[in-house]
Amino acid sequence: MMTNHGNRVTQGQFSFLPDLTDEQITAQIKYALNNGWAVNVEYTDDPHPRNTYWEMFGMPMFDLKDPAGILMEVNNCRKTFPNHYIRVTAFNSSRGVESPTMSFIVNRPKNEPGFGLTRQEVDGRSIRYTVHSYATDKAEGERY
Amino acid sequence: MSNTTNSEASAAEDARVDLEAEFKASNIQEVLDKLDNELIGLKPVKTRIREVAALLLVDRLRKKFELSSETPTLHMCFTGNPGTGKTTVAMRMGEILKRLGYVREGHLVTVTRDDLVGQYIGHTAPKTKEVIKKAMGGVLFIDEAYYLYKPENERDYGQESIEILLQVMENNRDDLVVILAGYKDKMDRFFQSNPGMRSRIAHHIDFPDYSAEELLQIAKLMLAQQNYRFSAEGEKAFAEYLKLRMKLSHFSNARSVRNALDRARLRQANRLFADTKKKLSKSDLITLEADDVLASRVFSEGRTDAEDTED
Repeated sequence: MMTNHGNRVTQGQFSFLPDLTDEQITAQIKYALNNGWAVNVEYTDDPHPRNTYWEMFGMPMFDLKDPAGILMEVNNCRKTFPNHYIRVTAFNSSRGVESPTMSFIVNRPKNEPGFGLTRQEVDGRSIRYTVHSYATDKAEGERY
Repeated sequence: MSNTTNSEASAAEDARVDLEAEFKASNIQEVLDKLDNELIGLKPVKTRIREVAALLLVDRLRKKFELSSETPTLHMCFTGNPGTGKTTVAMRMGEILKRLGYVREGHLVTVTRDDLVGQYIGHTAPKTKEVIKKAMGGVLFIDEAYYLYKPENERDYGQESIEILLQVMENNRDDLVVILAGYKDKMDRFFQSNPGMRSRIAHHIDFPDYSAEELLQIAKLMLAQQNYRFSAEGEKAFAEYLKLRMKLSHFSNARSVRNALDRARLRQANRLFADTKKKLSKSDLITLEADDVLASRVFSEGRTDAEDTED
């Protein structure tokens, strides 16, 4: 039985759940702010699982105390890029960690074409496998 | 005396809710007492805050009957002369509203026109939005708000900033409280040319000038906070000083008092310094004597230090 029937990209937290509502997103951002993490909004239209560096939508919001302001930014990003993947990340800057601790997708394109398995035959009968996203067949900006 | 529980109260139409118990549970008295002790005078302000606190209390009781109501508009406008406590009260307002449960975080962001208006086309909107984002969940205090709108200069971008603010003040009433401040006549002119702004402000509070007794009380409070006090004669001398100083020009209420106290401390230090042989007790170090006050130019020459460089 497949847990992921459709072609929903399952990067980050909560990706196997249905899309988060605005209240749920606010609650998650509040959790990040309570822990003193810097929240940032990022977007991309390249859905490969190894694509970890997405474009940043503005600077990380270091000095904000309230999720309402960050939700404003998220909605702004949704209006600017309605058909891109948008995620919210939280960066933990305490010593020894210094890396993102939260990352969840808040917006997806309407049609996600999914991935295909590419087999490459190398010397002998050895095969190398890669995952190839059908979306990247088109040029950047024309994918969704 | 027992309280009715939520479920019981919401069921019966004639059930009673206990106002006094709710009042005790909500810590509102602590907030009001703190306000009374730390701010002298300011009767209209305290009255208005008391009214807002009463509204909150009644709101809580209504929730027990499951009667919901809209968050009231809390945007305010403080008008008054310099030194009457507008910025101080705005700083307290964030904390008070948080304790009363009307704002989520209660932090204060203070801005003037510079922080909201950009220098070139397209600069204003991001600047204003950044400030608003920072202030969400708390209080946005705009000092000298009338500078935002300059009708004489068509190329001024203040209007754009005002429009963004108006939109946020209306749509994000739960998230943000905006407090404008400035002199009364200039604010009146500002509101006349911006009726949209005036209709969004629910509370227009005027800060009256302090009386001489209130200023003396403020002076004593300021000294106590810095571990100083007046001697009996010193207090009399300061009361005299206040009466004379209030008649002179450029009197800024509490700010002038603070400046005068700083000068008195200076004279006290010099007086103690002049007699180096004497061993000083703690009482000597904290007491301001009459001489420290009477040495002011206000007594000897009938004018303030600031007018020194004229003529």
